[in-house]
Amino acid sequence: MTLALIAMLPFLGALLPGLTLRAGRGVCASVAAAFTGLALLLLGLQAPAVLRGEVVQSRFDWLPQIGLSANFMLDGLGLLFAGLILGIGLLIILYARFYLLASDPFGRFLTFLMLFQGAMVGIVLSDNILLLLVFWELTSLSSFLLIGFWGHLAEGRQGARMALAVTGCGGLAMIAGLLILGQIAGSYDLSVILTQGEAIRASDWYLPALVLILLGCFAKSAQFPFHFWLPHAMAAPTPVSAYLHSATMVKAGIFLMARLWPVLAGTPEWFWTVTTAGLVTLLIGAKTALFKDDLKAILAYSTVSHLGLITMLLGLGTKAAATVAVFHIFNHATFKAALFMAAGIVDHAAHTRDIRRLGGLRHLMPITATIVAIAALSMAGIPPLNGFLSKEMMLEEVVHTPYLTPWLLAALVTVASMTSVAYCFRLIAHGFLGPARHDYPHHPHDPGFGMWAAPALLAALVVLIGLMPMTFAGWLVDAAAGAVTGQPVSVKITHWHGLTVAIGLSVVAVAGGALALRLHAPIRRMWEAVPKPDGKATFDALTNELTALARRLTTFGHNGSLSSAIAIGVATIIALGAYAFATGTHSAGTRIATPMNPVALAVWAAVMLATLATLALHRQRLLSLVLVGVIGLLISLGFVWLSAPDLALTQITVEVVTIVLMLLALNFLPKTTPRESSQARRLRDAVIAGAAGIGTAALAYAMMMRDFSFPTISAFHLAQSKPGAGGTNAVNTIIVDFRGYDTFGEIIVLGIAALLIYALVESLLSPGPANDRLLAWRPDQPRAGDRHPMMLVVATRLMLPLAMMVGVYLYLRGHNLPGGGFVAGLVFSIALVMQYMASGYGWTAARLRVDYHALIGLGVLVAAATGIGAWLVGLPFLTSGYDYVDIWPLEEFELATAALFDLGVFLTVLGAVMLALASLSRLSVRAGQTVNTRAYDIEPDGEAK
Amino acid sequence: MEPLIAATIGLLTTAGIYLMLRARTFPVILGLTFLSYAVNIFIFVSGRLAVNLPAIIDKAATGYTDPLPQALVLTAIVISFGMTAVLVLMSLGAWLTTGHDRVDLEDSQ
Repeated sequence: MTLALIAMLPFLGALLPGLTLRAGRGVCASVAAAFTGLALLLLGLQAPAVLRGEVVQSRFDWLPQIGLSANFMLDGLGLLFAGLILGIGLLIILYARFYLLASDPFGRFLTFLMLFQGAMVGIVLSDNILLLLVFWELTSLSSFLLIGFWGHLAEGRQGARMALAVTGCGGLAMIAGLLILGQIAGSYDLSVILTQGEAIRASDWYLPALVLILLGCFAKSAQFPFHFWLPHAMAAPTPVSAYLHSATMVKAGIFLMARLWPVLAGTPEWFWTVTTAGLVTLLIGAKTALFKDDLKAILAYSTVSHLGLITMLLGLGTKAAATVAVFHIFNHATFKAALFMAAGIVDHAAHTRDIRRLGGLRHLMPITATIVAIAALSMAGIPPLNGFLSKEMMLEEVVHTPYLTPWLLAALVTVASMTSVAYCFRLIAHGFLGPARHDYPHHPHDPGFGMWAAPALLAALVVLIGLMPMTFAGWLVDAAAGAVTGQPVSVKITHWHGLTVAIGLSVVAVAGGALALRLHAPIRRMWEAVPKPDGKATFDALTNELTALARRLTTFGHNGSLSSAIAIGVATIIALGAYAFATGTHSAGTRIATPMNPVALAVWAAVMLATLATLALHRQRLLSLVLVGVIGLLISLGFVWLSAPDLALTQITVEVVTIVLMLLALNFLPKTTPRESSQARRLRDAVIAGAAGIGTAALAYAMMMRDFSFPTISAFHLAQSKPGAGGTNAVNTIIVDFRGYDTFGEIIVLGIAALLIYALVESLLSPGPANDRLLAWRPDQPRAGDRHPMMLVVATRLMLPLAMMVGVYLYLRGHNLPGGGFVAGLVFSIALVMQYMASGYGWTAARLRVDYHALIGLGVLVAAATGIGAWLVGLPFLTSGYDYVDIWPLEEFELATAALFDLGVFLTVLGAVMLALASLSRLSVRAGQTVNTRAYDIEPDGEAK
Repeated sequence: MEPLIAATIGLLTTAGIYLMLRARTFPVILGLTFLSYAVNIFIFVSGRLAVNLPAIIDKAATGYTDPLPQALVLTAIVISFGMTAVLVLMSLGAWLTTGHDRVDLEDSQ
């Protein structure tokens, strides 16, 4: 339970910045920090057990059918990583509080940061690899938001896109790889997979799984050839860079390699792939860092280089090398986070990060200079700092590892160390040493305590681990390395291993590095003379090519014309149907045809005639609208005959409101459609439409003449309608009970459609071309002299209570007899629309003071409340209940919660239909329709108005 | 009766698609209405035809029609009203904003 809570806390914390932002940045940051701190505390409470060698687990079944469970586990490796993520996360929140400008949206930043933090914690605590994949993708998405936080900067957007594309593609490969791994091991739980190492390495699928998983890890951890995205992600605000590139994002790939080390490592494939990728990344990163001038770029490439180093150590496949890798992960996180934060401080103070414009900052920013000096010397591997310790152990390992030749690995690593020393020294020498200058873009000085507290704490940690490694890190390294290697580890970290080859190489590296810095200018000129492949250019060319291809494909099938899109779509469906028909087998149906009936035959003939007439006369819009109305009414007659009274009621009422709506629209639209299409085009359309009609008719006929190929669930609904849902109208019980969830969604859609119409009208009525046209609108047809005839007014007034009575009746009986909320809502709407028609919009709106928006909302709320009510008695959402009550003097009657739900349906339908029609009427008012204040045009007492 | 119903569905589909392929908004909306009729009837008859067998539970009933397609079609009818209304408003907005009611902006007739 605790583990799930630790993973959940950052996500919960992500919700709060938006709510607390108004209380000020301090409160906002404190709340986020409180959640991170609480998670860290809970983690700390688990630590003693983990350090004893136990594995803490918590398991929840989520989708056991596909092996996806919310299983979490915490061992030494998880403890190390979760500690880093939460601990440094806490410092980053503090730092960001003071770093971000007043104009930056701080609440949004914290929300993204907490989301990212939660995703990272999720990765390192997941026991189930499917769960891990979910968190993995979440880190890609949330880091995209963080890197692109300054969306107004082009580099920010490009960097974010590149990071998402590279890590996202890697993630896809990773999904495939982990699925294969799970299949081999027979379980998606890491705790099981980790015990199956032998079987996995012996499997035929080992190599594909390895390659795919490594692709994901390399892309995430910026290993060659995917290293190019990381420096471009530096466009992010510095707190993000410090977080993503010290302890989190880029360490995720490293984490997974370490996590799966017992299963995947130890084979030649692993050794050559991982070691080589790490080595190449180490060299490229170190070399590039030496020639960069932007402080953050130097740090970015040094991160690439150090990630390469850790990857290489994991690639070696020995227990000792893995132990060093774990130790270096810890050390790198401490000094690199401190350096990034310090770079941000310099940027803030001097308004530049270009090392060529800096120098002499030691005098102006002594605190920052001290922090940078400690962290950079540690990165260079100078004793007694922690970077020295892990570098010595690393050199010790590579000296004893043959790679092509016995000494090649050691030689290359020494060259990389030398370069590393050079850029670290350069950071200090060119940035902080020397005389103070007078031409900084802004006169720098140390920031307030809040800003340097976090990097200073990390720098202190660098020194403490350096001085007393066994006290401050030994136990954690033991636990984490034990988890990585699957065997107990008892590491001994000391400063002096005697006069070994490693210490010799170290001395060479430092001396060589100092020399390289001395000769920096000439070396740089040499380097700049050589042409180099540019990862970004390649990436851009590739993505541009892909985008162009996608665009060509899209425009091939979809050129922006609706008619041709529909034509292509329908023709494709016809072709596929014809192919299926031509290649399949078929036989005549077995059902006996329903006997003909003369009345039905007459109705059928009328429908066919009206349809053909519409096709012939569709250019006369009013006439075709009348014909559509006729067809709708005839279809509802068909429903009556075919035992569907509910459908008949719905069809007839919907038909009325649809026609009214279309008539209102036609008032503005042209009354005729011009003959524009060529003869050939009309012929083509007729062929397509005719073929579609023949195909549909054949399909419908074939279906109707056959029995069900397997029993339908309708029998269940019929059988349960009365005992289960308490109603005898099976159609209604399905709508409000069995499939209440569907209905709930449907009324929400209907409500949204009505609100959309309202919004559309609102935008048409705001100043613009549409509004101008409305104001200048002149009726294109003669108006009736008596627009509100007395006969109509009197008739609709009389009908209003009657129609409402019918509506209430239909609603009440709906559960047992044809009717229900849908129909009742429509009947009510018609009764009200009649008032609008008879007496005009102005008169009716003044008397019908109902807010249709509120009606829609109320309806959805009533339906939702009915559904939630089931929770109160411990049943799932929307479970209905009913009972029979006996209240004198009434007879016994039934009360069902489904009726309450149906009330929600009724209210939403009424609100939605009325809002749609009333919105249209507002257009007429704007177009100069007189707003009448009286019910009639001609008063009954004989006086004209 | 089945061949007649099938023919109705076919003709309604033909009318719907032919009208949807026209170049002006109003016939396209009418076409969509026709297609909705056709689809609704198609789904409805997937429960097979039944005469005088309503889906009302009754001890004296000799049989029932299939209630499930009816429930699905009932909500579909109401939703298609909502959809038609949105489309009508969109076409009206396009007409008022641009001064023409062509479906395709660059018509290549």
